[in-house]
Amino acid sequence: MGDLVTTSNFPNPDAVYVTLIDARRGMSEADAAALDARLVLILANHIGDLEVLRQAIGLARKTGQTNWALGE
Amino acid sequence: MADGRKAIYHYGYRRSPDQDARKPVRHPVIVVGAGPVGLTAAIDLALRGVPVVLLDDADRIGEGSRGICYSKRTLEILDRLGVGSDLVRQGVTWKLGKVYLGDDLVYSFDLLPEDGHKMPAFINLQQYYLEKALVERAREIDAVDLRWNNRVSGLDRRSDGVTLTINTPDGPYRLDAAWLIAADGARSTVRGLLGLGFEGVTFEDKFLIADVKMAADFPTERRFWFDPPFHSGQSALMHRQPDNVWRIDLQLGPDVDVDVEQKPDRVVPRLKKMLGERPFELEWVSIYRFNCRRLARFVHGRVIFAGDSAHQVSPFGARGANSGVQDAENLAWKLAAVLSGDAGEALLESYNLERIQSADENIAHSTRSTDFIAPHSPAERALRNAVLNLARRCDFARRMVNSGRLSVATIYDSPLTTPDEDFFAGSAYLGAPVPDAPVRTRSGRDGFLVEQLTGTFELMHMMNRARSNPPPGIKMTVIGEDLHDYAGLVAKRLDATPGATYLLRPDQHLCARWRAFDPEKIAAAYARALTR
Repeated sequence: MGDLVTTSNFPNPDAVYVTLIDARRGMSEADAAALDARLVLILANHIGDLEVLRQAIGLARKTGQTNWALGE
Repeated sequence: MADGRKAIYHYGYRRSPDQDARKPVRHPVIVVGAGPVGLTAAIDLALRGVPVVLLDDADRIGEGSRGICYSKRTLEILDRLGVGSDLVRQGVTWKLGKVYLGDDLVYSFDLLPEDGHKMPAFINLQQYYLEKALVERAREIDAVDLRWNNRVSGLDRRSDGVTLTINTPDGPYRLDAAWLIAADGARSTVRGLLGLGFEGVTFEDKFLIADVKMAADFPTERRFWFDPPFHSGQSALMHRQPDNVWRIDLQLGPDVDVDVEQKPDRVVPRLKKMLGERPFELEWVSIYRFNCRRLARFVHGRVIFAGDSAHQVSPFGARGANSGVQDAENLAWKLAAVLSGDAGEALLESYNLERIQSADENIAHSTRSTDFIAPHSPAERALRNAVLNLARRCDFARRMVNSGRLSVATIYDSPLTTPDEDFFAGSAYLGAPVPDAPVRTRSGRDGFLVEQLTGTFELMHMMNRARSNPPPGIKMTVIGEDLHDYAGLVAKRLDATPGATYLLRPDQHLCARWRAFDPEKIAAAYARALTR
């Protein structure tokens, strides 16, 4: 059982972002959301640690409460 | 520069004796376009002994700051050409960037966290001041023949050069050039005459760019906002320039009417939301869409493209004018070496390779930044907003927040470079400009390493015992004898041990290094750097 890592694990974070963007380029919001759901399952399995997954869900829910005007 | 902008500085057309010649007069080099790139190329070539005819289709330097951020490497180049220090004095020096989400600071960066460099990380300066300084410098040099109101209208290619048709107020004339440098900007006439197209992407979002004159005590930092309270749902950028002028970029989204949004009755209320009741004057306003694209090749026989005529990026990262000036310096020494017979034409292929590598790096950074600032679709916006939401709490997300990654010199992966045989630590990289460091000259004057490098091939040798002689054609500087490394930073940054020897190209890029002085290896590396 580990702790969720929130410091950057990547030497080149821009490359990570662009990889994730490229994966959804040209998709509708619905298709991208479905892609994200599959990605969540794949990555959750890869992490293989229920405690870390619970912490990640907690963080994602908490940060979602801020309501940005950004977006359509 | 002929695009309807108001003149800031006016220069006169003068008839050239070439216009009275019966046959086209032949020149070794003609440069088209007297912007920062063309002027840099012309001055650098002239200082290397190559006479240059520099043509510009206008007779003035136009209004509008346009480019404003000049990077450390560009300033080092301009310093070698004789204008860098004056520009630094005239400009606004900065190195800190801050990124806000709404009102909250989430990310900040320092572009030059160490001391001991002559040039700052960046200066901000209106482009017309840079152009004016370069025009004045060019006029001091007899070998630059600057011809205003000379508009290229035709181009015939030959195996040994080109023949241009040039329109002037006195009518057309023709000129021959062994080499033509096309530094005539994003809407390059020369590119059009050759029928060459770009490869790359155009972004749909429009950006309002305004230069505003006002008394304000905002910090001298690059400040970028995502979703600021004064410009909800979009991004904003603010930069300080000299003369109490501030550059403001406001993202407008993809659907706005460009003609309507440029009108003061639309622009002023937008700016008031940002600036409050503080009085300001509008100096210059424009609306842009950005391109990230380049020519497939920059060298087309005897025609060579440099700057915006060859590649374009969005402004996030200050990679446009800076990369253009770096194109010009890369090309100048190589073309001079070809014209003097020191190198064959094959050397120019390394300009193509090195500057395409740099353009691709700039395009990749600029595309990523623009993708982040202006997502292409709701699906992409959702991911971008997720990063912004997480950035308040998580380091990993802050590092993905991308408001522009600022221009640094490319580390060339070049055939001109001799691979290392020995391990070197430090901050010097093969294929990159040598890092600057404080030094003291023989006469006891304090200065900097880079300013001592005069634009020829240079061998830097760390004194250990008897002085050795460099191969012909190379100037040698012995650290510890010719220059004193009083702060120890030359040794630290170059990981220089006694006897260590460094070969620098005329553009101050490191192309070979060894732990000991070996004349044969030096001669081989020198030949390689000239593609001999």
